[in-house]
Amino acid sequence: MNTVRVPSPLRDYTAGVGKINAKGTTVSEILTDIERKHQGMRFRMIDEQDRIRPHIRIFINQREVQSLGEAVAPRDEIHLICALSGG
Amino acid sequence: MASTLWIGTRKGAFALRPDARRRSWKLAGPQFLGHIIHHVVQDPREPRRLAMAAKTGHLGPTVYISDDRGRKWREALAPPAFRKAREGEKPRAVERVFWLTPGHASEPGVWYAGTAPAGLFRSADHGDHWEPVAGFNDHPMCPQWAAGLRTPDGELLHSIRVDPRDARHLYLAISMGGVFESTDRGADWAPLNEGVAADFMPDPTVAFGHDPHCLIQHPLQPDRLYQQNHCGSYRLDRPARRWIRIGERMPRNIGDVGFPIVAHPRDADTVWVLPMDGSSVWPRTALGGKPAVYVSRIGGKSWRRQDQGLPRTQAWFTVLRQAMCADSAARLGLYFGTTQGEVWASSDEGGSWRCIGRHLPEIYSVTHAL
Repeated sequence: MNTVRVPSPLRDYTAGVGKINAKGTTVSEILTDIERKHQGMRFRMIDEQDRIRPHIRIFINQREVQSLGEAVAPRDEIHLICALSGG
Repeated sequence: MASTLWIGTRKGAFALRPDARRRSWKLAGPQFLGHIIHHVVQDPREPRRLAMAAKTGHLGPTVYISDDRGRKWREALAPPAFRKAREGEKPRAVERVFWLTPGHASEPGVWYAGTAPAGLFRSADHGDHWEPVAGFNDHPMCPQWAAGLRTPDGELLHSIRVDPRDARHLYLAISMGGVFESTDRGADWAPLNEGVAADFMPDPTVAFGHDPHCLIQHPLQPDRLYQQNHCGSYRLDRPARRWIRIGERMPRNIGDVGFPIVAHPRDADTVWVLPMDGSSVWPRTALGGKPAVYVSRIGGKSWRRQDQGLPRTQAWFTVLRQAMCADSAARLGLYFGTTQGEVWASSDEGGSWRCIGRHLPEIYSVTHAL
């Protein structure tokens, strides 16, 4: 089971919780598990072509994810980041 | 008559509710503070139901649904999304849900949505699940009709109109792309742009590629269409296929550029426009800083200025395509919202105006609900 850090714009899906658990051996599997537990959350981050949306970043520990197929180790921490500038 | 004006803004949704005489208005909200709300639409078949097109700066697009006149909202279980791209295809992803239209009276629960980039989507369960309308999104001509010539807010599919006489008969508009018609519930489509100027194109007589800003169909006389286009305002009386430029009857120093166009719900010959500055670099603001509505009572053959109560000078707002509407009162009310967060109302068909809401975020839509 991995820890996933959830930013405030996505906490409507987690009942306000900023840290959730999800299991998977890849980023894609982690997101599938998140979607199973928090319906609707994945599509707000990942588009219908399985691309990370322009203002979302996903990190495994300190490393930014480039592809949803990247491997996740058992104790890795996943960070979901909302990245936007402007008013 | 109990009624609500739903205000969609760049930072949330608001509701304005009047007293019985529409003299004072009370603002409620915000709902979904910080969310980008493009459209809030009531279902006339079941007035307790509403749908809202939303996204945030960070997050992808979605639709919220209310079953209790907007007190509580739930998110669509499957928001509008294009199908997975096939090998060699350019992948498309919905960037925003821009437009919502309830379906035909004979099809309860059916809704249509228009998106950026241009896509048409249908729900058969009040907005909980959305499916792409393959007849449009996968039409062999779609890559040319919706070529990705990005307008400032993206290529927009909007103004989805369902013929009240026939659920199979649909119209839609694309900025930029033009007006399109289907007579088989969206299975096939054809352009409907003859007579509409496309001054910005190398060939101004093209069959599609136009820039309709707003298309309306009169509810009681569904063969009467009006269109406010980037290149003027137009009327079309079906089955004719050639649009007539009614904006040529506007004063020359005003012109016929604008975003919204609104018809009187009980009189197909009465129509209102709100001209904006389309000169030089297209400021898209009130002309000369002096906003005015123009009304025609004879189908666009002549126009009269209506600016009583509006700012006389130095008012530089813009009114976007979804941000002007009429109610259904016996003495018709008209409303518009500005990009500077003001809501203006007339309770005498445009004869006089007063500001009923201010200090809101940038207004994207103003819709009337009973």
